[in-house]
Amino acid sequence: MANWPVLSVTTFLPLVGVLFLMLLRTDEAGARNARWIAFWTTLITFAVSLQLVWRFDPSSPEFQFVEKRPWLAGFGTYHMGVDGISLPLVILTTAIMPLCIAASWRAIQVRVREYMIAFLALETLMIGTFSALDLVLFYLFFEGGLIPMFLIIGVWGGPRRVYASFKFFLYTLAGSVLMLLAIMAMYWQSGTTDITVLLRHAFPREMQPWLWIAFFASFAVKMPMWPVHTWLPDAHVEAPTAGSVVLAAILLKMGGYGFLRFSLPMFPFASNDFAPFVFTLSVIAIIYTSLVAMVQEDMKKLIAYSSVAHMGFVTMGIFAATSQGVAGGIFQMVSHGVVSAALFLCVGVVYDRMHSREISTYGGLVNRMPVYAAVFMLFTMANVGLPGTSGFVGEFLTLLGTFRVNITVAALATIGVILSACYALWLYRKLIFGKLEKPSLANITDMGWREIAIFAPLIVLTLLLGFYPKPVLDMSAASVTALLDNYQQALGAAKSAALVK
Amino acid sequence: MNGVALSSMTQALPEIVLAVGAMGLLMLGAYRERSTQVVNLGAIMLLVAAGLIALSIPNGRIFGGSFIVDDFARYLKILVYIGSGAAIVLSLDYLAAEKQEKFEYPILILLSTVGMGMLISAGDLIALYLGLELMSLALYVVAASNRDSVQSTEAGLKYFVLGALSSGMLLYGCSLIYGFTGNVSFVGIAKASGQGGLGLTFGLVFLFAGFCFKVSAVPFHMWTPDVYEGAPTPVTAFFAAAPKIAAMAIFARATISAFPAITLQWQQIVVFVSIASMALGAFAAIGQHNIKRLMAYSSIGHMGFALVGLAAGTAEGIQGVLVYMAIYLAMTVGTFAVILSMRRSEGMVEEISDLAGLARTNPPLAFFLALLLFSLAGIPPLAGFFAKYYVFLGAIKAGLYGLAVIGVLASVVGAYYYLLIVKTMYFDEPAKNFKPVPFELKAMLGIAGLFNLLYFVYPAPLITAAGIAAKSLF
Repeated sequence: MANWPVLSVTTFLPLVGVLFLMLLRTDEAGARNARWIAFWTTLITFAVSLQLVWRFDPSSPEFQFVEKRPWLAGFGTYHMGVDGISLPLVILTTAIMPLCIAASWRAIQVRVREYMIAFLALETLMIGTFSALDLVLFYLFFEGGLIPMFLIIGVWGGPRRVYASFKFFLYTLAGSVLMLLAIMAMYWQSGTTDITVLLRHAFPREMQPWLWIAFFASFAVKMPMWPVHTWLPDAHVEAPTAGSVVLAAILLKMGGYGFLRFSLPMFPFASNDFAPFVFTLSVIAIIYTSLVAMVQEDMKKLIAYSSVAHMGFVTMGIFAATSQGVAGGIFQMVSHGVVSAALFLCVGVVYDRMHSREISTYGGLVNRMPVYAAVFMLFTMANVGLPGTSGFVGEFLTLLGTFRVNITVAALATIGVILSACYALWLYRKLIFGKLEKPSLANITDMGWREIAIFAPLIVLTLLLGFYPKPVLDMSAASVTALLDNYQQALGAAKSAALVK
Repeated sequence: MNGVALSSMTQALPEIVLAVGAMGLLMLGAYRERSTQVVNLGAIMLLVAAGLIALSIPNGRIFGGSFIVDDFARYLKILVYIGSGAAIVLSLDYLAAEKQEKFEYPILILLSTVGMGMLISAGDLIALYLGLELMSLALYVVAASNRDSVQSTEAGLKYFVLGALSSGMLLYGCSLIYGFTGNVSFVGIAKASGQGGLGLTFGLVFLFAGFCFKVSAVPFHMWTPDVYEGAPTPVTAFFAAAPKIAAMAIFARATISAFPAITLQWQQIVVFVSIASMALGAFAAIGQHNIKRLMAYSSIGHMGFALVGLAAGTAEGIQGVLVYMAIYLAMTVGTFAVILSMRRSEGMVEEISDLAGLARTNPPLAFFLALLLFSLAGIPPLAGFFAKYYVFLGAIKAGLYGLAVIGVLASVVGAYYYLLIVKTMYFDEPAKNFKPVPFELKAMLGIAGLFNLLYFVYPAPLITAAGIAAKSLF
């Protein structure tokens, strides 16, 4: 029993749910069954994925739960495994998915079966992305996610959904195809697409910048970094609530994960050389998009821009290449996954009632929705990075890690923390405080038990990680240390070789 | 003596079976009333038989080396037989519904297939020309098979006139090559060409013009959209798959085995043709409203991608081409099965807007077409991704970085128009319903669709087979 392929089961379990969903009829009863099947599938997947945490050995930097089978002839194996960097993201994925399904319970009324199929397929592809240990397999999962997300935005999205879905698809595809070519070049250079081998492979110094740029093109779009972030606000605004949640909480993390898994350890020279460039873009993202967020009239757009700003902290921390920076980057990804998911769900709560995302539609909600006001308050504070919430730990660690490397960058990024307080509190004031003057809001109801149940785990996680971040940090510590040791070693070896010359 | 002569014909057995069988079916059709069904069935069985024979005959060169049977030929012949068989199956319902049932149709396809087999196995310029003309003559006739339709006749005539022109150029190229090397066999040309030379390069250019016409690569692609649109749809389905595979086969075999001396020269040409085809296929398709015309531009683009592998000029590149052609076949057959299902009570429709809201009126059809379109766009995990992956893998190894970068960017542009169709089906309001899809189209669509969807589960056999086939050229 101890040897069952728990990682593959976690990855492909949602597809079993898809098979069941395909057998359903397309009437009202079928829609109801589709919701329950999808919900239970994601819940069971989450339960299975907890096995990974249970049996994970956090003291080892090696990949665990490794499975390897021949797949493509000659090269390209079916190779899966997780380490301290990917496991938190896998768990984040499986944990967020049941909430997404629950959040779509009432909001989605047409083509429910297809909607659930798209979500479950997306879950498989996302878990696969984080646990693939072969470059081709990784690319397969990474790119495959485009198809269900395209359909989710395009079929169940808002009025400008066609524009948003095309922009999302083509932007991401254009970024990724260059990475595909880089993968091929890496194969011919090293003779393998096995990530575990490639992590120890020293790519020639003159090749690294090109490979780095190709990978960067893909991950920067996915992340998204300024100036290629423009697809994100559109996609977020038009996507249904659960689509926004998945996008913000998980899909964006693929970019950060890619930087950690590929760019930093495989191309250390290029990462070192390009670090100032990444810092510049990150600082611009943090300050500029925070300023943009301040003038938004659409709630989802505001949170989308805030996501870009928060992802700026992640890239900054990762490329600082200090243990605090990298650990903070991972923590910030998990924390942002929880907080941004919760914020989009908060928007979804009022959107389901009023069908408007305009900030000016609302005002004085505290009078009729006290529970909502409290929940929204907590996540607003977490977004700002108030100590005691998970947002604080991530931002603090990334700033700390960057401060050791580049004081100017860290100082500028700190301005972003202040700005995030500006727009987040401004949004909160506009929505919640004041008198309830608008007649359309006179009958708005507070959150029901289903909505509270969705938020409960997110509230617990936000506070838990805020007061006691140790579990996540411990989980990734060994892998981060190993990653940075190799990184410094590669750089150090080159430096001493240069001195000898 | 007789025994010796006969046994030396073993390698040509698939072609002999097909040719003799086609004659037999012709007699049957001519002398027996209402025998179209039997002829159709017989044609498919002949193709299956030819495929089985092709699998079982040993490798060898006969007729003084002008007819070659090797793993390369075997692999491609199987693909061509599948393509021709699929074309016959796809035509059944259409021809019956349009009252165009003619027993000549499957027979012409069979004869064309004989030509393709000859072309794939050709070991010298004479055999090449014979195969090419046998294939094309039958194609000209089937293009114009709907005699009462102006469009169909125009398509046939256009194809014939331009095809004759390209054959002329090809012949001129052959004569130049023969003149400068004194050889017609590919092996002989390779041996005699020494360091190459201007005359040989000149001949090569004309030879390539002929090949490019047959695979419909830019700048010899002009006939494709008109013929695709004008010809009856099952004929278009046939044109899009089998003849292209055969032409690509001879393109690869002749180039690799006869012109190693002037690799740099032909590589330049193939790189240009490939880039031009990918770019034109991607950009020109965006404005199309007719789905058959769109498929024409799409096929031009796909030939450009396949040529990326040939441009590499290595075993890996050719392996990429072979994988590409197999997956291209599956994608094309599936897509045309859907196009042939676009029938309303008033008749066939061909506009992309006719697909509007298909996801609600006929979810399975929409699902499979979306699948095929994503596959055509090369999005993983569908089969089309692997096709592109292997050709670009060859190009990267050969150091053709510029070509590869332009290629993948063209594929992003190409994704746009495939997405437009998906958008029409899934995001738009439903148009009028189609008539129920006949069984054989459902079956073909199911097979092709599932192949594209599930290919990634077990990709090794096709890749291995293509690898072995590619090695036999080197």
